[in-house]
Amino acid sequence: MKITVNGKKEIIKEGETVAGLIALKGLNPDTVIVEYNDDLMKKGEWSDRALKENDRLEILRFVGGG
Amino acid sequence: MSDILKIGDRELTSRLFLGTGKFSSNKLIPEVVKASGAQVVTVALRRVDMEFEEENIAAFVPKDCILMPNTSGARNAQEAVRIARLARAAGCGNWVKIEVITDNRYLLPDNFETIKATEILAAEGFVVLPYMSPDLTAAKKLVDAGAAAVMPLGSPIGSNRGLRTKEMVRILVEEISLPIIVDAGIGRPSEAAEAMEMGVAAVLVNTAIATAGNPVAMARAFGMAVEAGRMAFLSGPGEIMDIARASSPLTGFLRDS
Repeated sequence: MKITVNGKKEIIKEGETVAGLIALKGLNPDTVIVEYNDDLMKKGEWSDRALKENDRLEILRFVGGG
Repeated sequence: MSDILKIGDRELTSRLFLGTGKFSSNKLIPEVVKASGAQVVTVALRRVDMEFEEENIAAFVPKDCILMPNTSGARNAQEAVRIARLARAAGCGNWVKIEVITDNRYLLPDNFETIKATEILAAEGFVVLPYMSPDLTAAKKLVDAGAAAVMPLGSPIGSNRGLRTKEMVRILVEEISLPIIVDAGIGRPSEAAEAMEMGVAAVLVNTAIATAGNPVAMARAFGMAVEAGRMAFLSGPGEIMDIARASSPLTGFLRDS
């Protein structure tokens, strides 16, 4: 199944959840923010949400800035 | 002497705002914040780089600071609005620094798009602090759009070139009723003091502190300079004269006339 993560097409397994994908990427869930199809997704929803074909995810983080 | 800067519904005693970019290590940030006395600290929101695990900057900012996400990376009002909404939904509070830039060489802001973003976000209850090119008409439109302060640049972002826009900033201080905060370009504590002496409400400093040899000591120097400049402004600086006016009595005892 194909989805877009941070602007790049990726193939992921059927039924993968947002939480599963974050873990697969080796990211610390406490340091990232997920935007799911243009809306912020709360951390509590990550393990319930199974991704669908053509979903768009933005995985973001607060970084230093002026 | 009580000298409070009120922005939105917050009362600040420090007039130095601190940016968190470019520090050699995020571990410096708590100490830099403390040394500077800053109560408002800016952060940015970025796509995660999958190849390079980073820390969440917010974890390094003391909890009693106001965290002010900027919208850097936004090239139009719509993108700035999207970043602001995301940051607020992610728990960043309701302050936002609008930054809309399409010019890659000088990183000068797009005042027109900035005004549009300010209007939308202020209506949604954000405390909006727009970064702008110092222009009186644009500043007036930001006031009408609901900005909480106006943040003209001193010189290009990260350039450390100082208060090159002094005359334009002076006009904003005189004509705009909102706090004027010089954001970008301040490179030395003396320049921060110079801005404060003119009556600006605050300055936002990042590069000058982050890239100093000793960022913690430089943060303290900026804190002192901002305080000194503010106190000088409140004290009413003396008149500037074209010719000398003696400070000591010239009528002495050495000669009669």
